[in-house]
Order: sequence, then structure tokens, then C-alpha cells
Amino acid sequence: RRHRSAPAYPGHIPLNTLENAFLAVGSGIAALLNPRRGDMVAALGETTGHCALPGLLDQMLSSPEGRRVLKDRPRVNTHTISLDALRALPDNTFGKTYVNWLDRTGVTPDTRTPVHYIADPEQAYVMQRYRECHDFYHALFGFPVSVQYELALKAFEALHFGLPMAYFSALLGPLRVKGEQRLMLVRDYVPWAMRVAAECKPLISVYWEERWGQDMAEMKAELGVWDPPVQAKWGKRLTEADKEAVRAKAA
Amino acid sequence: MNGLKCALRSRGLSRRPASLLAGPSCQSLHTTQSRRQEEPATTHFGFKTVGTTEKEPMVQSVFSNVASKYDIMNDAMSLYTHRLWKDDFVSSLDPGRKGPLNCLDVAGGTGDIALRILDHAREKYADRETKVTMVDLNPEMLQEGRTRFKKTMYHNTPQIDFHVANAQALPEDIFPSNSADLYTIAFGIRNCTSIPEVLESAYRVLKPGGVFACLEFSMPTNAIFRRVYDEYSFSIIPLLGTILASDRESYQYLVESIRKFPSQPDFAQMIRDAGFMTGEDKDGDGGAWRGLFGGIASIHTGVKV
Repeated sequence: RRHRSAPAYPGHIPLNTLENAFLAVGSGIAALLNPRRGDMVAALGETTGHCALPGLLDQMLSSPEGRRVLKDRPRVNTHTISLDALRALPDNTFGKTYVNWLDRTGVTPDTRTPVHYIADPEQAYVMQRYRECHDFYHALFGFPVSVQYELALKAFEALHFGLPMAYFSALLGPLRVKGEQRLMLVRDYVPWAMRVAAECKPLISVYWEERWGQDMAEMKAELGVWDPPVQAKWGKRLTEADKEAVRAKAA
Repeated sequence: MNGLKCALRSRGLSRRPASLLAGPSCQSLHTTQSRRQEEPATTHFGFKTVGTTEKEPMVQSVFSNVASKYDIMNDAMSLYTHRLWKDDFVSSLDPGRKGPLNCLDVAGGTGDIALRILDHAREKYADRETKVTMVDLNPEMLQEGRTRFKKTMYHNTPQIDFHVANAQALPEDIFPSNSADLYTIAFGIRNCTSIPEVLESAYRVLKPGGVFACLEFSMPTNAIFRRVYDEYSFSIIPLLGTILASDRESYQYLVESIRKFPSQPDFAQMIRDAGFMTGEDKDGDGGAWRGLFGGIASIHTGVKV
């Protein structure tokens, strides 16, 4: 009875134009009122992403590495990545940096919401990939997960990927940050983000899983990124217990 | 299917309180024996087909998921109209007019009807003896009801009582036969696996002369309005569920289950088949049901002879 198109992939919820608009507005309001609603942030991203996704897909198709990602469609979660194997890597490698970052922030790679509202399956994968690689960018720049660094990263993502959702977060987010942090954001991180975003290689095409063993300095040079001018301040230094554990492992 | 036709001419079930029914027009009488057929092995859960025994736990899980946001969602989906419907429902029943009543509010959930019954009897008739027993299959919903009642003056009084029970088989020790004056079920009966069993159970617990009243969603009769209503239901309501309650599935079930419910004349016939006397097969004055808001909801009433 419902002449609604059939789902194009598992988890797909087809929406017509009106429903898409309704969900975009509704999820926007819900996300503003309660930013912890991850599902609403995701829904907003998906309902507004259709302008930027074709461009990102094109970027992926134009490089051999990006084409490999599209063919393999790697996913980022604890089933596909062996964190223990990464911990065994040398210190200056991307893989080790990433797993150190995970351990230090307490984040798990498993928290990314699946894509529901994007009609084209390939674009849906691009969106999923963008979401799941967010932590890689954190590790690449050495940003912790506190608010002003998330915003710095969002500013980078907005300018580099062009997704409207990233722009919303980057523009509205600073309203929730006060005084010194906002100054630091605007003075130190946003100009840096603008330059890096414009000059680096398309990060959406990067096959991160092939590069676990790559040296960080070499990777940054290859991708055309560089560190922010001000070192990111981490909230908690490694505690004594952690230092002890590191020492015990090394012994 | 048609039993003996009653010889009495109808006086019609006007908008007078149902408790005043003296000589309503009557249709068929008890025909339970001829209607006792094989229970079908499958039933519907929204648009899905499921085994008969599977429906109940699925409905349980829907309502466990929606319980905490139930009232907010009702307000959002109906744009507060559900409050008007429930006000209309209770005031047309006029509890307390003929003295204190023993009421049974089934699928009472968060207590919208029970509270209105008690408030109506108190405010209009200074009646503090009317008692409502709230019944629901789902403990989470009943807990929301208890919490709501704690904010009222009826908490810890004999006027309100709560029981977890199945509307299809109300236990005889707690709900003796011929004990209730009024049986209400609002927006609950379409979730039950077997409507005839609910009606039979209702018939058992009601006293002779007691009233069965059901407020339930129905389909609008006007074709254009129905189309608009369908669009709204299938497009907006599941999205409201996603946005407000992070739960699309439960609200998808809701809009589908409304479409699977029997039509107004069919439901009126089912009520008669359980032994109740109803108005004529029509909408409005003297009818077995009264449509609200163009037929989006309907109030069906019957009297136990």
C-alpha cells in the first residue's frame, strides 16, 4: 500500500523529500537541545549530507587508494581491528599512536551510529566511513576529546569535507564554550584548521587500515598535514598506575 | 450470525450518559456458541503476520520501550487532541451521576482515564466513593500510572488500585463476576491478541446493567481526509518517534495496528457477539459508536443485559 521505495541496504529507512526535511529540522532542534543525542546528530548529518557526499565519493574514486577503500568497504570497530596487534607496534607508528589515543581517552571504536537515511548505498558507505574515521583524525593531530578540541576538529572537518553537519557544529559549538577556551579556539586552532583543510590530501580516500605501521612524521608529510601551532593540552596526565603498567610491559 | 431480533422499539442511545440506558435499541443477542471457531494460528502485529502466541510479548516490548515517553509522544502526535478525546469520553460516561461506581479501567497504563473518572465524580457530584481499579498487562506502564497518581489526592486511598493482568483473562479471584459498574478501555484493545476474549472477560466482570465503553482509533470515513490522515500517520508519526523517543519501530507498529483494527460496524458486531446490547449500526445519536474528529477515534459502548 505504501508506495515507498524499498530499502537499498540493511538499516536503510527511505524518506521522501518532505520527510527528509522534517527529520532534518526535528533532529536539528533535538541535537541543539541535547547534544548527547548521538542518533539525532547522526540523523541531522545524513539528512543534510546529500550536497557534499557526491563530491566526497568523487574524491575517493579519483585516487587508487580511495578506490581500494570503496571496493573493500572496511569498517572500523573492535571486530575488524585488533587493538592488541596495534599495541605491539613501535611507538612512532600510526597504529601505536591510535591505540595509545584510544587507551588514554577511554574511547572505543564501537560507538558509531549506523547510517539510515541516505538513499544511495555507496554514499551511505562514504558517510559511514567519515563517521568511523573521526577518531583517526583525533589521533593524527593528537587532540583529546574535550569540547574545544572537538570543535577545532569539527572546523577542520567542515572545511575539508564540506559536510553541512560539520559546519553546524563548528559554527554553533563555540557558543557553548567560554572565554579563554573560545579565544584559544579562534586564535590558535581555527586559522590552522583552515590552512590544513585547504592544503592536505583528501583524507576521505586514505586507507588507514593499510597504514598501521607507517611512521607518523612520514604519514603527515605524505598527507600534507602538520601539527597545530599550540600543543593540545590533555586533561589528565598518565596516572602513576598507568606509568607503572607501561614500565611493567616494557620490562 | 443474526440472533433473535428484539421486539422493543428503540429509544436510541442518545448522548445521555450510558448509565441511564433503560431501553436501548437492541440487535443480536448471545450467539457465542455458534461463533466459537478454531483460533487462527496467526494474527497481525501491525502489518506483519506473527504467531498468535508471539504477539503478546511483542506488544509488551513496544510498551516497555515507550512507557517513559508515552504521554509526551501522545501530546506530540495528536497535537494534544488525545486529551480532548479522553475528556469527551469520560464526560459522556458521566460517572457518579447515579451514585458511586465500581470502575474497571483496563489497559489503563499511565492513568489518563482513571484520573479523569475520579476527578469527574469528585468535581461534579462530590463523589469520593467511586473506585477505579486500573489494570494493565505491562508493569512499566502501570508504574508510570502509579507515579502519576502519587501526584494526586487519590494516592493511598481506596479510590484507586493497580493490578497487572491480562485483559483477555481477568483472574476471577481479583475480578469477580458481576462486580463492575463501568468497564473502560481506551486505546488499548487493538493491542490485544484476541478481541473477542477481551469482550467476554469484560462481559463477565460487569454487573447486569453495567456499561462497556471503548475509546479506540478508527479510520476516517471521508476519503480525502483519510488520505491526509494516512500521509500524516505513515510519514510524520514514525519520525516523531525517532526524534522524541529514539524509537521508530514502536511508532511504526502503532500506525499499522490502527489500520488492522476492525471497522466500526465490525467492532460493534463483535461487542454484540459477546452479549452486550448496543445502539444501532450507525455513528452518532442512537448509534453503537460515536466518531470523534472525523472518525480518527471512536467511542463504542454496550450494556450488559
